Amino acid sequence: MTTRTANPVSGPFVATRNACKLCTPLGACLAFAGVEGARTILHGSQGCATYIRRYMISHFKEPVDIASSNFSESATIFGGRDNLQDGLANVTRQYQPAVIGIATTCLAETIGEDVGMYLHEIRSQASPDGPALPPVVHVGTPSYCGTHAEGYLATVHALVSQLAEDGSQRDHINVFPNMFSPADLRYLKEIGADFGLPVTLLPDYSDTLDGPTWEEYQLIPQGGTPLAAVRRTGQARSSIEFTWVHGEKASAGQWLEEHFGVRNHRLPVPIGLRASDALFDVLGSICDRETPARHAAERGRLIDSLIDGHKYLFERRAVVFGEEDLVAGIVGLLGELGVHPVLCASGGDTGRLRSAIARLVPDQADRIQVRQATDFADLEELAGDLKPDILIGNSKGYWLSRRLKAPLVRIGFPIHDRVGGARLLHVGYRGAQQLADRIVNTLLESLQEQSDEGYSYL
Amino acid sequence: MISVLEQRAAQIHQDGRSPFAMDCEKHSVAGSVSQRACVFCGSRVVLYPVADALHLIHGPVGCAAYTWDIRGALSSGPQLHRMSFSTDLGEKDVIYGGEPKLYQALVQLIDHYRPKAAFVYSTCIVGVIGDDVGAICRRVEAEKGLPVLPVHSEGFKGTKKDGYQSACAALFQLVGTGATDDISPLSLNILGDFNIAGETWLIRNYYERMGIQVVATITGDGRVDDIRRAHGAALNVVQCSGSMTHLARMMEDKYGIPSFRVSYFGLEDMSRALYEVADHFGDGQVRQRAAELVRDEVAAILPDLRRYKKMLRGKRAAIYTGGAFKAFSLVRSLRTLGMKTVLAGSQTGNREDYRLLRELCDEDTILVDDTNPLELAKFVQEKEVDLLIGGVKERPIAYKLGIGFCDHNHERKIGLAGFEGLRQFAREVHSTVMSPVWRLVPRRRRQQPARAANDVSTASLRPSCAGECSACDLPDCSIPAGQEILP
Repeated sequence: MTTRTANPVSGPFVATRNACKLCTPLGACLAFAGVEGARTILHGSQGCATYIRRYMISHFKEPVDIASSNFSESATIFGGRDNLQDGLANVTRQYQPAVIGIATTCLAETIGEDVGMYLHEIRSQASPDGPALPPVVHVGTPSYCGTHAEGYLATVHALVSQLAEDGSQRDHINVFPNMFSPADLRYLKEIGADFGLPVTLLPDYSDTLDGPTWEEYQLIPQGGTPLAAVRRTGQARSSIEFTWVHGEKASAGQWLEEHFGVRNHRLPVPIGLRASDALFDVLGSICDRETPARHAAERGRLIDSLIDGHKYLFERRAVVFGEEDLVAGIVGLLGELGVHPVLCASGGDTGRLRSAIARLVPDQADRIQVRQATDFADLEELAGDLKPDILIGNSKGYWLSRRLKAPLVRIGFPIHDRVGGARLLHVGYRGAQQLADRIVNTLLESLQEQSDEGYSYL
Repeated sequence: MISVLEQRAAQIHQDGRSPFAMDCEKHSVAGSVSQRACVFCGSRVVLYPVADALHLIHGPVGCAAYTWDIRGALSSGPQLHRMSFSTDLGEKDVIYGGEPKLYQALVQLIDHYRPKAAFVYSTCIVGVIGDDVGAICRRVEAEKGLPVLPVHSEGFKGTKKDGYQSACAALFQLVGTGATDDISPLSLNILGDFNIAGETWLIRNYYERMGIQVVATITGDGRVDDIRRAHGAALNVVQCSGSMTHLARMMEDKYGIPSFRVSYFGLEDMSRALYEVADHFGDGQVRQRAAELVRDEVAAILPDLRRYKKMLRGKRAAIYTGGAFKAFSLVRSLRTLGMKTVLAGSQTGNREDYRLLRELCDEDTILVDDTNPLELAKFVQEKEVDLLIGGVKERPIAYKLGIGFCDHNHERKIGLAGFEGLRQFAREVHSTVMSPVWRLVPRRRRQQPARAANDVSTASLRPSCAGECSACDLPDCSIPAGQEILP
């Protein structure tokens, strides 16, 4: 080997180092897991399904069965139609699913697989001996476009646009959550019920990814949005969806408004008091009711507790990272606590994180560093100089926390190094309460550790 | 009711009386939720522990994101292997080609991190979009003066086993490029131990106590310079045979280095490994030291093993591993603890592996190749197991049914190899199986009347089994007392 001077490559790193994002098919798998009786097939190589299963199992600590059409070399050359056909038949035989979700991988997308055409052919040439296929929803999720957040929203969009039916308006509303925890989803349903509103939550993995122990092994965990309810999303009186960074192309609510005239309310993720107020206001306006008493009481307790903790929060410096919508939501909450988010970062690259932050905390926006399309190595290099008191994000920030010697408040997905990730609450007054308590107590714990004498009451 | 897919029926051996003819080494059935990963995964897990190399994954971000810091493979020095580097190909790269990005990413990372070598993993789409990864690697190698090795690991090009072969091919390019002058004739390479929770250190220490020089550990706590001179060793001792036999064979063909396979799990296999190595060198002193080592180590753990055995006797286990060789050791180790293996299987076993497993297990033990969650759940229920041993993907199957689970995969944090490892394994099994939580779960409560006094839920209620029993004096105890394990 001879040594020659290389062409210099300057500027920011071309490679992604310790990604602060995941690939699009993972988001699809999460969304499909929230449909009742659904099984997912990833159209591509075996590894995609296995890696995503492992990643989700480590967070939810629940079975996550994702099938693969398991491309071979010949499928890559001649197309994966036969693999998809076998995969559909075998998943149907073994799991008897109510619906099958197919998400493509980068391999299938790159070789130009036309899944829609395959499905048409497979159905029209179905052999009478084979199992009768359930409804199939397919979504294109090439991992070279967007992140898991886009994959998740695209899948909700695909479910609605491929299954929703027109009809006379009914009483229910649609709620299209963002990538929330099962605990968040349960709480959203509770809020809807307390307003007396029938709610179709799509997806709803609150039971499928956080369920009880079984007496007998279940082919598919119970729970999820029933197929009939997905079909009826076209007949809802309104939709509510939570995103400020993702465009309308990925919006299920927008699609229903355009095609079936279902009024769409696009809200920020309801993290923090004001963003939660926005949700409760919309719910109240839909059914013409005041906020139910127990939620009003929770709101009151939240404000009371923020006063209890304000001194330990004011101007403390936070680094926030994760999906763009989640980061924006947390920044909204921090604005209410008086915490200064010195750096907000995401591997996502919608280009709208800064404007979402500016809408949520207009008076602070110019002193918040916002990084999109970033990774954990960049984050470490940036955050070191910013001397943060606290980090808020998923468990992949653990190394950052260890190196910066700043505590990490674990939120969102994934939480791979703790139990209970599925039961963390983020949204609504109750979620804000839990987050605020965790943030202030984490700061108090580090104050206590740093204090020579320690102290035992506030 | 859980059914078995017709196409998979031949990969399951259920009836001990029927003639043994098990199918294996097949591409996974489409739509079956195989517990296997892909070619890339095979390469990545094998090369991952090489701690002073740069591991750059060429493709969209997922493959790198899911393998960031994925193994509990420890390094005594550099930690570069724990970083996840991806060219993170975007749509434009897919259309116009990823070569410029790969080149730039490599040059920058090498300049910044100063690795001793770089491995460049090709993922699925790289071959499809026509990137000439080999040419970029050669160019950067020439410009930067360090080995830059392409790893042909496109996910669809076979199974995980093919990924092992690609990894071995990349490693073999390093072997033979370093100086070998100070290597003793009593020397070996440790192949196929990945230093999970420091296991390679333990094994290395055993060999060194026997007076044998360890040249390279491939790849646990691996270093590029050690691998470069691995051809100077007198012997290759191969543990994870599925992943490393290929490298051992290539080294035998080119450098005439003999090899044999061993396992470091369990009393019998660990002792046998040390004796076989000693026998290979035919050196009386080495043999003597091995005997002393085994005697001392076994004596140190026997009291604990007897104590655990008394409490675990009669418990039923299911095991599902990546390679089959590990399954052999687990069956033996569980037997040492008085437990019975009622279900055994692997992702990548071959026909000979399963024949051996068949001989090792009881007649009614179910054997499975490349199984899926539903099959595992079905057999685990039918066989009423107390413990499932596997990896993270198998864990929820056990937990959902209220059954204990032990991680024997590469993410675990507890060393299970060597003599000390067996003690830890016993402790791990004991603290899993004897936990009071199983008394709470619906399935076990239902089973309780059916399973007699030996059942975990009732046995652990007896005060005499509270965990502090004295040495076992059971008449059927198969753990040899004191020195009986010595020849």
